[in-house]
Amino acid sequence: MSDSLITDIVNAGVNPVDQILRTDRMPHIWCPGCCIGTTVNSFARALIDSKIDLGSLALVSGIGCTGRVAGYVKLDSFHTTHGRAIPFATGLKLANPKLNVVVYSGDGDLSAIGGNHLIHAARRNIDLKVICVNNLIYAMTGGQTAPTTPGHSITSTNPYGTFEPSFNLPHLVEAAGAVYVARWTTFHVRQLARSISEAFQKKGFSFIEVISPCPTLYQRRNKLGDGLDTMKYYKEKSKVRHGAPTGEVGLTMTGEIIVGKFVDRDRPDYQTMMRSQYCESLGEKFVEQEEMVCS
Amino acid sequence: MKADHCKADPRGVLTGTHFIDGDHACCEGALAAGARFAAGYPITPSTEVVERFASRVPTVGGTFIQMEDELAASITLQGAVWGGAKAFTVTSGPGFSLMMEHIGYAAMTETPCVFVDVQRGGPSTGLPTLPAQADMMQARWGSHGDYEIIALCPNSPQECFDLTIKAFNFAEEFRVPVMFMMDEVVGHMTEKVVIPPADQIEVFPRKHTHKSVEDYLPYGTNGGQVPEMAHAGEGYNFHVTGLTHDERGYPNMTPPVQDKLVRRLQNKIRAAADRISLFEEEQLEGADVVVVSYGITSRVAQRAIEAARKSGLRVGKLRLITAWPFPEKKIRELAAKVKSFVVPELNLGQMVREVERAAAGKARTFAVSHAGGGVHRPEDILKVIVEASRCQTA
Repeated sequence: MSDSLITDIVNAGVNPVDQILRTDRMPHIWCPGCCIGTTVNSFARALIDSKIDLGSLALVSGIGCTGRVAGYVKLDSFHTTHGRAIPFATGLKLANPKLNVVVYSGDGDLSAIGGNHLIHAARRNIDLKVICVNNLIYAMTGGQTAPTTPGHSITSTNPYGTFEPSFNLPHLVEAAGAVYVARWTTFHVRQLARSISEAFQKKGFSFIEVISPCPTLYQRRNKLGDGLDTMKYYKEKSKVRHGAPTGEVGLTMTGEIIVGKFVDRDRPDYQTMMRSQYCESLGEKFVEQEEMVCS
Repeated sequence: MKADHCKADPRGVLTGTHFIDGDHACCEGALAAGARFAAGYPITPSTEVVERFASRVPTVGGTFIQMEDELAASITLQGAVWGGAKAFTVTSGPGFSLMMEHIGYAAMTETPCVFVDVQRGGPSTGLPTLPAQADMMQARWGSHGDYEIIALCPNSPQECFDLTIKAFNFAEEFRVPVMFMMDEVVGHMTEKVVIPPADQIEVFPRKHTHKSVEDYLPYGTNGGQVPEMAHAGEGYNFHVTGLTHDERGYPNMTPPVQDKLVRRLQNKIRAAADRISLFEEEQLEGADVVVVSYGITSRVAQRAIEAARKSGLRVGKLRLITAWPFPEKKIRELAAKVKSFVVPELNLGQMVREVERAAAGKARTFAVSHAGGGVHRPEDILKVIVEASRCQTA
């Protein structure tokens, strides 16, 4: 029995993740069958299970359906501009290295408008935990094609089917330098929570992709059924392959979904490298950054 | 010393007499003001500011990060501010264009920070190494929606130092992004810069809340205009959003909340405009013509003003140190007394329109435009002063 299950039983009637949520902001804006809330549940469980100090945790979102996560968690939370959650989070982390900084945003936000920041933060190995909810579409704006939309999908901006090749995000971020890369679907709630907990143990740029349905815009337009049908699809077509070469985990509309932990490696994070470079070059002249808090 | 001010941290203050350019002086001003974080992206003619910061800050205790573009730089610095730092970025025209969205974000979220724009000729890539003053309206209106910012215009390396400190102080006091509007000539001009001892430099500290977690409302102003800030990691569990938000910081996209918020963002600056409006004046009493200028153009205009006076014309000088909020009260008062205003600037007519608007037909307004790439010839300004002195009062 996991810790969180015990907590559930003891506190029967009280949702154990309530402590992480701004319950005064419920109900949320997400559609029936949308699983962004499911990912938040896994995230909250991970925080509880790994006993993260919530006071030193900050969450940064960009814009879009997943971007609204920042508004629903009872943490220091920042709903930033479209695509810029990662650079905002970079500033937050560098100014206060004691913070645990999570970036929680969608595929369009992180990999299209924010794609440049994604690869550079991975290259620099900034100590950020990035949770990317990938619903394969721009959902908030009405179902337009995203860089992640699989070929031959019907979208509002490709009404005759998409033909652009799509991004394989685990492959992209591994190539750019991420130290931890995992993918789950919203069917894999426990595995997702475990991956998030694991990412908190890593120092450096961690990236967790969560494949999630958009029943309103993606599933419906592509005649893929509703939220429940998508769960069945995830259950039947997902294959756990830890350590799978990320070049082989690209997604299609109805094909197999390779999930698991693909990358788990160590290399020094940005601040460690910065500090050691300054120590080497400046010697005694180097002044350690104190807490920058200006009072 | 006012109770809400404190003295500069001596570790950031390079006390002494220096022979440095405006870009370097700006960097020293930022360090003296307590800035310990900068994010930038290289662009001529501004890069020397962050080059110096990158060299100095590891010996003072802080961080410089060169980002992948100006979009990133202009939001990274805001992350740093919410992490507790005083932070800024530096750019020039093309980069300033890219930063507009985050100037809006800083205005909306009331993130105190400084954007330095060392102006060059535009539009687009324009004149990378040559001066202009053509970003003045962009500084004021460049991001979408209604908001107010503060913009300061130094005309010497000494002012690049002094006014950068002022820019940070205004940013903290009003929780607003402050535009520091240099130009290529002021940025690259080398002159004497005196940096006083730290205990003679007043620094406005962050308006940090003393309220308990239970009592703290991130955007509550308690009848005032400027809310108190908390930083991430202090247990306040606050929310910040660029969406229209209520006093809790929660999104609330209704006309009444929008009205209340946006009017407050505007009023907090407008209500203090008299105090924020800094200008240098000379012989305004009894003047027929007042030359209104700012930045490098004010130094070229000085020569034209003096030549005009020698030939017997009654010419006053009003140098705008604060461009935004525009000192419309001052112009309105002068307009009732003088014949005309002459406004030389390195653009095809930006601040001159503000002068004309504030003068409201009570005095005539003459532009001395210049497309940029150099400075005015003093005789071109003089010609317009002569013309303006002969005009009939409106």
